[in-house]
Amino acid sequence: MNEIIESVKNLSIGFNSQKGKQISILRNVSTNIKKGETVGIVGESGSGKSTLALAMMGYIKQGLFPLKGECLFKSKDLLKMSSRQLEKIRGRKIAMIPQNAGQALTPNLKIGYQIDEALKLHTDLNKTERDKKISELLNKVRLPSPETMAFRYPHELSGGQQQRVAVAMALAGKPDLLLLDEPTTGLDVTTQAHVLELLRFIAKDTGTSMIYVSHDLGAIAQVSDRIVVMYAGEIVLEGPARKILKEPIHPYTYGLLKSIPKLSLAGLPASMPGSQPQPGSINEGCSFYDRCNLATDNCKKNSPDLEHIKELDTNVRCFNYRELINQNNNLQTSITKKLNNSEANEVLKLMDVSISYAKQKFFDQLLNKISDQNPTVKDINIDIKKGETIALVGESGSGKSTILKSIAGLLKTKDGQIKFENDRILSSDLKMRNPNDLRAIQLIFQNPDESLNPNHTVEQILSQPLKLYFNLSGEELKKNIIDLLKKVRLGEFYMSRYPRQLSGGEKQRVAVARAFAAKPDIILCDEVTSALDVSVQAAVLNLLQQLKEDLGTTYVFVSHDLAVVRAISDRVAVLYQGRLCEIGPSQNVYKFPSHPYTEVLLGAVLEPDPDIKPKLVAEDIVEEKPPEKGCSFQGRCPRKIGDICNLEVPPWQIGENGNAIRCHINIDELASLQQ
Amino acid sequence: MESNLITEDKHKNKLEKAFEILKTMASKPSGLIGLSIVLFHVVLALLSPYIAPYDYKAISPNTMLLAPSAEHWFGTDSLGRDVFTRTILGGRTALTVTFFGSLIALLWGGLLGIFCGLVGGKIDDVVMRVVDAFLSIPWILAMLLIVSLLGTSTEVLIPALGFFYGKGIVRVARAATHDVIAKDFIVSARARGHSNMSIIWNEIIPNVRDAILVEGAMRWSWMLLGFSSLSFLGFGVSPPTPDWGLMISNARGLMSFAYWSVIAPIVGLSSLIIGINLTADAFAKALGIDRSTKAPV
Ligand SMILES: Nc1ncnc2c1ncn2[C@@H]1O[C@H](COP(=O)(O)OP(=O)(O)O)[C@@H](O)[C@H]1O
Ligand code: SF4
Ligand code: SF4
Ligand SMILES: [Mg+2]
Repeated sequence: MNEIIESVKNLSIGFNSQKGKQISILRNVSTNIKKGETVGIVGESGSGKSTLALAMMGYIKQGLFPLKGECLFKSKDLLKMSSRQLEKIRGRKIAMIPQNAGQALTPNLKIGYQIDEALKLHTDLNKTERDKKISELLNKVRLPSPETMAFRYPHELSGGQQQRVAVAMALAGKPDLLLLDEPTTGLDVTTQAHVLELLRFIAKDTGTSMIYVSHDLGAIAQVSDRIVVMYAGEIVLEGPARKILKEPIHPYTYGLLKSIPKLSLAGLPASMPGSQPQPGSINEGCSFYDRCNLATDNCKKNSPDLEHIKELDTNVRCFNYRELINQNNNLQTSITKKLNNSEANEVLKLMDVSISYAKQKFFDQLLNKISDQNPTVKDINIDIKKGETIALVGESGSGKSTILKSIAGLLKTKDGQIKFENDRILSSDLKMRNPNDLRAIQLIFQNPDESLNPNHTVEQILSQPLKLYFNLSGEELKKNIIDLLKKVRLGEFYMSRYPRQLSGGEKQRVAVARAFAAKPDIILCDEVTSALDVSVQAAVLNLLQQLKEDLGTTYVFVSHDLAVVRAISDRVAVLYQGRLCEIGPSQNVYKFPSHPYTEVLLGAVLEPDPDIKPKLVAEDIVEEKPPEKGCSFQGRCPRKIGDICNLEVPPWQIGENGNAIRCHINIDELASLQQ
Repeated sequence: MESNLITEDKHKNKLEKAFEILKTMASKPSGLIGLSIVLFHVVLALLSPYIAPYDYKAISPNTMLLAPSAEHWFGTDSLGRDVFTRTILGGRTALTVTFFGSLIALLWGGLLGIFCGLVGGKIDDVVMRVVDAFLSIPWILAMLLIVSLLGTSTEVLIPALGFFYGKGIVRVARAATHDVIAKDFIVSARARGHSNMSIIWNEIIPNVRDAILVEGAMRWSWMLLGFSSLSFLGFGVSPPTPDWGLMISNARGLMSFAYWSVIAPIVGLSSLIIGINLTADAFAKALGIDRSTKAPV
């Protein structure tokens, strides 16, 4: 177990800037990977984790070059090898699984054929041996019916299944070291939990060493024996997984763990100020200095070395780490938020809303009628109270964004009505809405790179709604823009910046400011923190909460992340295949009894804690379409009771906690089943 | 502190940005050569009426087909006119006609393309079919028809050329618009209730402008060739207007013994075409580089 297979020594990698300066994005990185060990490399985007992982298989991205140091694989330096020599090692000795395995598979070749190619390339087996090996591999990665799976094309598999095929292909050459770069990012929660479970099993079963790169401490916690934390191109903390996650002794790791919303905790996570410095902007001192609350003058001038602490079996890069030893019971705290008073009036009502994407027949188009027996979204009834935050959760494709779009008037409803203030019906056609209704409902999108015009300055972006709704100009316009920036904690000098000159969190703040510029009553938030780093996510969540408490705005908050939803929402509605499963106050939905789908979702959440394992109760299959009849969850329900689930739409039942559940199982029975 | 992300073009106004682009274009040899050629032609065209040594239309039987000399640098043509005078004035004609022609192509092609890209669906289909159908007629034949109906004045040639060379621009503008309208910032503007005009002006044009301008510059060099071909065939500007196509056409038969009268316009035409092409290339590259100045992290 103690044999080292790969050893990185003092590795620095960098590039030449346009002004001809050398800028390093990895600085002095040293670490060892032992045989049979799974090492998690965690860090925010831009921390250099992928660059490190790629260098560990002897690959340096174009435009970058090694400045110093070496990557020794079985005592040979990968960075000095010719591409011939590397070819012999890659795939055979070191294999890699990328983030989007679906894209890495060749679309027009059958799965079996592609695995066979990998076997031909990396082993000396003959045809019959290879055929046997293919079904063995497909079995090992637990794909259903491996015999027929080999004859399918990649697009016939779900994202999770494609990822399993990628694992099978990587295992084809019996590698000593498996590199995984964000292998479950982008998969649904339930799928993610399944894939991680598989990886853990494979690591144990085959004794392969793994390097697992991710920004997600929840995923890292599930698979790693040891964790390496990267920040701004350096290793800041390294040690046994349990120690790092439970007693982090570096201020960054400590803050990072505190900024992750957790299922077990109500209230908002604490946020860290600022964001990671850009490569090349750190000259002297500790790279975390700007954001650190333990920083002293010494940290500003001198940069700490990675220090080995024998008792803890940990390496840490911090002068003041001692202050954090035994501090860590504090990890389980969060910021309490003001709960919304439930007596308020309703501002928005969704009444029997159904939405269809089906292409309409010519005749129906003429009659302006939408006919679709099985629409994407069906029978949605939600009353939204003034000033509350209601969350819609569900896996991707569950219709969350679809519902938001139709509230915003971007998508016509098939049936049902959307009523706004005093039961006035909102037209489902944007063009028919009056300007005041348009102003009252604003949207914030997932990815600020897409939602901000790259050719506009922040000033131009924010003046759009101000000009449109309030006819502002000149000094008054400028004053309002500055006020808005202040509201989202950005300085006046941001006005002349373009989106590409801002960090992810700053961009999303601008998007938030643009929504608030309209002085809206309701803001529709579509996965607004999903594209952000965790430490930044916490700051944006806190900002949204603060603004809401100050201004009394109502949020409809869409997310696939149950922990985030728990942190921010007053009420939760759980969706499966465009149908409501459960709705209720959030502190109650997270207790039992839950709808069987809520139970599955909650079970699959990955907590950044090696002692909380996900509960995998349902298969991670992906359904293409909602079922025509009966309960929407019948295809995957682990508690299904029989034909009644297939035939009849389940009734609503109200639990004593106040959450409503749509299931054929009696609610008291569900409670006792789940206890 | 050097952070190539944050400090870059922080306080630059439009003029400074244009200058920056020019600088980037000139930083590569091909761009520098292209820019110099174009600049040379433009300056010459502007000054030509003042520096032309002779009257471009003065016919003189005494000076027919003289070889290059101190008095007539490029010699004289079959009617005894000074070839140097006619060459520099010819450049002025070519540049004026094609510059304004390209402008028209840019305007109608760009706007129609953006419109089609924005509305999409049936209207887009129909408009694109009509544009294709119109322009599948060989343009030389169509020009012949137009010229014979309306004459060969520049007031006819400029819009006609602009019309025929706008087709490619329609396609480019439409494709660029298609890419842009899928983005959330357009959805966001629509959801706020901005009018189509405001969305085109504020959200789409700033994002498709570069692609359209580059295409326009490319079309310009093609139009130059097209325009000269027209004159060469006799459908372009009419004599005695000094024009390269006409000059080449007139001198063609005399090539074997009075090569000078044909060399100057050919050199003028090809150098300008090459110059514009190189410039357009450098322009595209400069804008492309501008878009990807992100650090390769
Ligand atoms: N423009 C579209 N045309 C057809 N189907 C769509 C379109 N957009 C979304 N869908 C389908 O509608 C369902 C719900 O999608 P969406 O509302 O985006 O879900 P979510 O936001 O919960 O991930 C999915 O099955 C998706 O494939
Ligand atoms: S060295 Fe100083 S600034 Fe850096 S992490 Fe430690 S306490 Fe904070
Ligand atoms: S109705 Fe049946 S299938 Fe649906 S959730 Fe309840 S038990 Fe499961
Ligand atoms: Mg969505």
